[in-house]
Amino acid sequence: MGHQMQMLIQHLRSWIDRMPISRAVVLAILTGPIVGAMLLALASARAQDANAVITIDNFTFAPPELNVTVGTTVKWVNHDDIPHTVVEKNTTFRSKALDTNDSYSFTFKTAGTFDYFCGLHPHMVGKVIVKP
Amino acid sequence: MTRKKDELDTPQLNRRHVLECMVWAGTGVVWAVNGGVPHSVGLIGDALAAEPKGFTFLQMSDSHIGFDKAANPDALGTLREAVAKVKAMAIKPSFIIHTGDITHLSKPAEFDNADKVFGETGVQIHYVPGEHDIIDEDRGKAYLERYGKGSKGAGWHSFDDHGIHFIGLVNVVDLKGGGLGNLGPEQLAWMEADLKGRSSSTPIVVFAHIPLQVIYREWGWGTDDGTQALTLLKRFGSVTILNGHIHQLAQKVEGNMTFHTALSTAFPQPAPGTAPSPGPMLVPADKLRSLLGLATINVVQGNKPLAIIDNTLAG
Repeated sequence: MGHQMQMLIQHLRSWIDRMPISRAVVLAILTGPIVGAMLLALASARAQDANAVITIDNFTFAPPELNVTVGTTVKWVNHDDIPHTVVEKNTTFRSKALDTNDSYSFTFKTAGTFDYFCGLHPHMVGKVIVKP
Repeated sequence: MTRKKDELDTPQLNRRHVLECMVWAGTGVVWAVNGGVPHSVGLIGDALAAEPKGFTFLQMSDSHIGFDKAANPDALGTLREAVAKVKAMAIKPSFIIHTGDITHLSKPAEFDNADKVFGETGVQIHYVPGEHDIIDEDRGKAYLERYGKGSKGAGWHSFDDHGIHFIGLVNVVDLKGGGLGNLGPEQLAWMEADLKGRSSSTPIVVFAHIPLQVIYREWGWGTDDGTQALTLLKRFGSVTILNGHIHQLAQKVEGNMTFHTALSTAFPQPAPGTAPSPGPMLVPADKLRSLLGLATINVVQGNKPLAIIDNTLAG
């Protein structure tokens, strides 16, 4: 039973993943408030995943910890007057210096926990947790 | 300022007082040395009136050429003002020590502009890099090509002048996540070898970008293995540590060691913990020049301890 439920959710999720958010909204209206809200939540979570953004303000990565799924591209945007870099602890990824409003993107192709920091101001740390 | 006095040290007392405090004048600290033994020309105020005799040098820091944000849209302009002050000095300093962040983004044009303006001083400049000087594609190659001649590793080096041993350290490369500034085992081993066999009465001046001692951990203002470097310096009678990075004056005397950080010529930064971040501090335009400066250090014969006098660009 539990296994079947899991399969169903997985199936539903992959179906939603291929669906544009506009169609999810239409579907949500058609399916009624409870199921519709669930569908929308799933669809918007997926939209965030594919387009995750980490901002740098006041020498701080926000959010400090980000959960994404494999295949997600994460974009770091620097809003400070001072350049920063994004360096993974094991140098899985390393950005160039990001001046004000510069950004850096990395697509996570494997699951795992990725601890990163600013190579110029290493007290600035963050974490991306990538789930399968 | 108290110091432990024992019989063995008494003959070295003058040397021990060496560089204890520094004379800030205008936009820098001037040091002078007479007969190989550095002393201050006087305390704050005296130094400007007295013409320093003998050996003087200057500390400049954090020029950030290329910075153009609200805190100072013209960092090259304020550097020019600082250099004009150097050119106007009655006695030219023997050399300038630059404690890093020459540029803001390590761009060739930024280094070119800095070199052009600093060149107007007509004085030799000893550099160490700040973290802003090593963010070119090859992470530090641009800096080393310009300033690294005769240096080791990422640009560390030492030299002697007027009986003082100067050591330039690099603590901005290979930084570890969650950590502070970093010297690394290779540089510390070099430093140990560099100091080996030197008489303990040799006055030592160490300069590096990030403060060697921890000033404010939350903002990364310190060096993780800085205490290892300080341990190597313990036996010396007179040690002066000159740093930049924090764009404000901070001074501390501990035993025979004097710690000193310099003003920036580009923009001020907030005092530890007084702002959400250590980023550039926005001040009214008419106040900016009172928060920028350079340090002039005088070491001449006398019986007063050395004094640090800070003269800002507004002064």
